[in-house]
Amino acid sequence: MLRIKGLTKRYRTGDLALKNIDLDVPDGQVMALIGPSGAGKSTVIRCINRLVEPTSGTITLNDTEIVGLRSGDLRRMRRRMGMIFQEYALVERLSVMENVLSGRLGYVGFWQSFMRKFPQSDIDEAFRLLQRVGLDHMADKRADELSGGQRQRVGICRALIQNPELLLVDEPTASLDPKTSRQIMRLIKELCAERKLSAIINIHDVMLAQMFAERIVGLKLGEIVYDGPPDKLTPAVLTQIYGEEDWASTIRKADDDAEPVDELAPARPAETPVIERDRLAGLT
Amino acid sequence: MSLTVPAIPSRPWKKPPLIKRAWLRWTLILGFALYLAAAFGTTNVNWARVWEGMPRGMQFVTAFFPPDFTSRWDEIVDGIAESLWMTVVATVVGIALSVPVGIGAARNIAPLPVYYFCRSILAVSRSFQEVILAIFFVKLFGFGPFAGFVTLAFATIGFYGKLLAEDIEDMDASQAEAVRATGAGWLQWINYGVQPQVMPRMIGLGLYRLDINFRESAVVGIVGGGGIGATLNTSFDRYEFDTAAAIILIIIAIVMLTEYSSGYLRRWVQ
Amino acid sequence: MMSKTLASPKRSWQRRDRKTQLTVWAGYLIGTAIFVFCFQKISETTIWAFVWDAPAQAADLGSRMVPPAWSYIHQLWRPIWDTINIATMGTLISIVLAVPIAYCAARNTTPSVTFLRPVALFIIVASRSINSLIWALMLVTIVGPGVFAGIIAIGLRSIGFVAKLLYEAIEEIDESQVEAVRATGASAAQTTAYGIVPQVMPAFAGISVFRWDINIRESTVLGLVGAGGIGLELNAAITQLYWTQVSLMLLVIIATVILSEWVSAKVRHAII
Repeated sequence: MLRIKGLTKRYRTGDLALKNIDLDVPDGQVMALIGPSGAGKSTVIRCINRLVEPTSGTITLNDTEIVGLRSGDLRRMRRRMGMIFQEYALVERLSVMENVLSGRLGYVGFWQSFMRKFPQSDIDEAFRLLQRVGLDHMADKRADELSGGQRQRVGICRALIQNPELLLVDEPTASLDPKTSRQIMRLIKELCAERKLSAIINIHDVMLAQMFAERIVGLKLGEIVYDGPPDKLTPAVLTQIYGEEDWASTIRKADDDAEPVDELAPARPAETPVIERDRLAGLT
Repeated sequence: MSLTVPAIPSRPWKKPPLIKRAWLRWTLILGFALYLAAAFGTTNVNWARVWEGMPRGMQFVTAFFPPDFTSRWDEIVDGIAESLWMTVVATVVGIALSVPVGIGAARNIAPLPVYYFCRSILAVSRSFQEVILAIFFVKLFGFGPFAGFVTLAFATIGFYGKLLAEDIEDMDASQAEAVRATGAGWLQWINYGVQPQVMPRMIGLGLYRLDINFRESAVVGIVGGGGIGATLNTSFDRYEFDTAAAIILIIIAIVMLTEYSSGYLRRWVQ
Repeated sequence: MMSKTLASPKRSWQRRDRKTQLTVWAGYLIGTAIFVFCFQKISETTIWAFVWDAPAQAADLGSRMVPPAWSYIHQLWRPIWDTINIATMGTLISIVLAVPIAYCAARNTTPSVTFLRPVALFIIVASRSINSLIWALMLVTIVGPGVFAGIIAIGLRSIGFVAKLLYEAIEEIDESQVEAVRATGASAAQTTAYGIVPQVMPAFAGISVFRWDINIRESTVLGLVGAGGIGLELNAAITQLYWTQVSLMLLVIIATVILSEWVSAKVRHAII
């Protein structure tokens, strides 16, 4: 269980990115964080694993206080949280396998990692994860030879091999096409369910957020303005988060996405959401 | 997709080597190791002499604290001034001459015989270190800054001409073609189709070469080409390390200054 | 309507407006004045008779240089070997020393912006502004003539070059990849090894080979001040006026330089 209390972040430039955020994420919950760019979504995620230093407030993950940890303890803390990045952030000149294994860096010593001598159990786990996302035949390919969707799957493996208690996901679909975006989101959701992981997913695509998250938190100018289930996300709420716009075509009906998709199946046209204009017309 | 993944047999993983072919990899590694061994083996270092020189080395280091600017000040000023004249004239003349050579050495606009002729000029100019050229030009023109100027100008042709040629070869052919299609003459074509494409980068490179020429002007003096190098050489010959230290500091300062200001100018011009 | 169109005043077109045009002309004028002044200064110290005589001198020298003394090549193998060793070992030394300096000079990796970074930058500038021949000149007086002085001179000169290009490469890396490695709980050393090293490795290898290629050319002249290599023989032949030997050595230098350029281009191509 992740508990954030009174989190505030002021950047050195003076910008107040987060204003007194309170947020609890219970175990096994997949939560989407939405909001316009500059709302502080990335800052929230980066404060949790302290890639960004919070100005004040407390963050506890399963009873361990994160803010104020010293470097050694901080590293042990970081390996309990897997992070998945926008634009994948794979080390492009390393192979797929090295990228996945880099998720174990918090567990092995420097020379061991430098000589690429990881324990066999780590290697087994890496192969298992790669097979799970359908990339085990690519293990020795260099990361920059992969397509966007494949790269993001490697990024997911890198996060999962840490054996984390929490996934921090930063705009996982920002540079992917609509179909791959869905596959990646579905994969993240399935993996979270398999491992009883909780996840915080920053995402700007409201429709994807509604489709795959159990809970949605809306952030605006560093403050939480919405916290609730996806189907309560009305145009009025969206207007509050993002500002005035025609939201009819953005909002998805609750039961729209029923069938699971096998992402390894041959390509099929990306589904277009069915919109009940009549129903929504009254709301806008 | 099923959520249970069948257990896969444990298999080892090793980082694949950079060079896939084992024999090639080992040949390269062994060859390099052998070369290094041979190189170390055949390099005779007279350690006694090196040891003996250490106090002198210390003397040289201490000469920097403080360096002696005053006792040879006039010579230093003359040397620096001469280096500056040489640098300016050599850069201007060198660039002026390298434009036709560079155009001639661009495969996409020059006829083959011209191309080979210009390319060989560039090859000669680039192969020889400035100092070797300076020795010959000193023989031909006599001691003094004129030989230094000719040396630097010739070296500039090699540097600037080659980059100009490469830039012209890399240019967008369709733009040049469009100008040709209007019925422009050859010179008009160069002026309208080629020049605008290569000009911004070449201005930057010209300023960069001004930098290099000043730095090089310090060495052509060692073989008699005039400038600050001559002053420096004399001070070494007289074992006046504190004067040498002063000259070196001045060179560093001027190089920093030119580098900074040429960087600024480049941004302003582009 | 028609007449109105015809009556519109003729518009003239100029590439630049009046003020810019004047500035440009003034720029040209000042430039020319500087050039003429500098040339004047040089010509004051020039004996023009020598200059006018130069073409005849050149023809004379040329005729004395042919044919090259081919048999002399057997005495050149050793100096050539020394020259290549000076370049290679000097480059190796500079690489070893340049890496920590570049690490300290790059804004995103330096341990201390206020102290170490300026020191590293000064080392880079100092090393770059002093030509290897001047380094050699100093080192010959300190450690004595010979290959050793040459190696150190090349090494010292190359530190600045390698470190400058390397620290620029480090500053250009993709920070998000580094951040991703850090987020796994990696230590600082591991973050460097996994996040930074792979990103700058190609640039580093390219820079090293490129500098080696330049160093081959530089080491051909170090002998002129006594620091070993083929320059030593060249200097001796020139002072003794053995012009046929000189021409052979020039050919050898061209061949070596072209060969090294080819090797370096090949290696860089293979890396990238």
